[in-house]
Amino acid sequence: MIPLSYYLTVGAILFGISMAGIFINRKNIIILLMCIELMLLAVNINFIAFSHYMGDIAGQVFVFFILTVAAAEAAIGLAILVVLFRNKRTINVDDLDTLKG
Amino acid sequence: MTFDMPNFVPAMPEIFVLGMVCLILILDLFLSDRSRVVTYLLSQATLVGAFLLSFGLYSGEQVLTFSDSFILDPMASVLKMVVYAAVFMVLLYSRDYLRQRGMFRGEYFVLALCGVLGMMVMISAHSMLTLYMGLELLSLSMYAMVALQRDSAVAAEAAMKYFILGAMASAMLLYGMSMIYGVTGTLDLSEVSNSVAGQERQLILIFGLVFLMVGVAFKLGAVPFHMWVPDVYHGSPTAVTIYISTAPKLAAFAMLMRLLVDGLGSLHAQWHDILVLLSVLSLAIGNIVAIAQTNIKRMLAYSGISHIGFLLLGVLTGAQEGYAAAMFYAIVYVIMGLGGFGMVILMSRAGFEADQLDDYKGLNQRSPWFALMMMFLMFSMAGVPPFLGFWAKLSVLQAVVDANMVWLAAVAVIFSVIGAFYYLRIVKLLYFDKPVIDEPFKPSFDLAAIFSANALAVILIGLAPSSLMTICKQTLGL
Repeated sequence: MIPLSYYLTVGAILFGISMAGIFINRKNIIILLMCIELMLLAVNINFIAFSHYMGDIAGQVFVFFILTVAAAEAAIGLAILVVLFRNKRTINVDDLDTLKG
Repeated sequence: MTFDMPNFVPAMPEIFVLGMVCLILILDLFLSDRSRVVTYLLSQATLVGAFLLSFGLYSGEQVLTFSDSFILDPMASVLKMVVYAAVFMVLLYSRDYLRQRGMFRGEYFVLALCGVLGMMVMISAHSMLTLYMGLELLSLSMYAMVALQRDSAVAAEAAMKYFILGAMASAMLLYGMSMIYGVTGTLDLSEVSNSVAGQERQLILIFGLVFLMVGVAFKLGAVPFHMWVPDVYHGSPTAVTIYISTAPKLAAFAMLMRLLVDGLGSLHAQWHDILVLLSVLSLAIGNIVAIAQTNIKRMLAYSGISHIGFLLLGVLTGAQEGYAAAMFYAIVYVIMGLGGFGMVILMSRAGFEADQLDDYKGLNQRSPWFALMMMFLMFSMAGVPPFLGFWAKLSVLQAVVDANMVWLAAVAVIFSVIGAFYYLRIVKLLYFDKPVIDEPFKPSFDLAAIFSANALAVILIGLAPSSLMTICKQTLGL
């Protein structure tokens, strides 16, 4: 049987990759949205692994809720992206610099 | 296996608001632009109805329902009632603003009410699952509200920044929750609390706690997770800024209390240190950077960050007096925040946002009454006695001193003295500078009335602060 720590390591690595993706990526906002999805999936792996090894169903229920919210979040994120593209004609991260002070 | 019917009564206000949101959403489709005021009136009626329901349900004891994932205690009832009142004021303030900019549409009201529902769920959450669901309902509504002005490039940019950073913070919070779930084996906050007390795997718990704190600090807008606050407050239409900056802070305070005090109370030694760091940084950065701002919405955003620093001071004491003081501070902050952004709405008109400090020059010569009201608000934010803001700061500082952290109180006082500079600069602009705009200042009657009532509340409640303080103390069992 695969030990719990393997799953947690995968979750942590995915979380780390997506976090790095958000900070390193300076090109495209769509990649940021993908990173956010990946973060939520990393959390899901954690929850399912814990839930399975403890024999407690609540963690898996939580995962269903996270999946649903992630879908809603992606919808709103893409909608905002469309509004942004209409106004600025670009989705480059570096061009989001009008607001500062 | 039997299915027990849960007790729906404690959740009546939530069910009522949800029903009304659906009703308004459908009804709004059939309304012409001229009769859009019906949507507005129904939204206000929803808030009043929810207020009456929450008031009727108020009782001294706590009730758990829905498999213990929902709690109704005095703190929840009081915070919810303040949320309804705050959003009621927000809608009153926003009506003219939205009309003048062609944004007086059903979406704004439906999203505002969905946000209220999210806040209510957060305030009443007794499991990490309900807490997360409430938080997301609130956050998703707010992302959409910021982007509501579809032809504005700054609003779209602010919405994008808010969305990316907000989603990241939610994911951090979830990662922390998964760690705590892994150690304790439950999502229920009181069971988490029991399990944490005798827990040996402290390291994983602290690991989870740090992630939780990042998420909560982000939602509160505490330094170093404050980057979104000035940009979002500045970029979004003022009618949305006034919403984002007030009522959700109460929900974030409730989230802090539920997670840290109800759930992880026995880790107080650990989260105490994190909160000290967050609050000192918030006080420092908030007050110092605000001085450099020329945009009043950005300035109020940094002032809000410093107020959050004060709020955290109350919570970190770990004593009931401190929690009561923090709750008092949160409520006072909401009243002052409404006034502060209400002032920007009052000054603005179609095609003129009044978001530069120079726009406030010499208002005394154009309208002495409103200059006086704004001075009241600025004095209150700066913490000048006998205004409301002073009593809020005093009660927090008292709690900090009682917890034997005199140095922390001294730091807070020093930074609020620095902060007084930029509040008093506005008073100077109002009274001692020559007006740039010559036309007479004539706000609409209802806006003028609400703003005056809001500013007078700051001084009138300030003259008798014990009533509000007593309510806060009673809800926390003091």
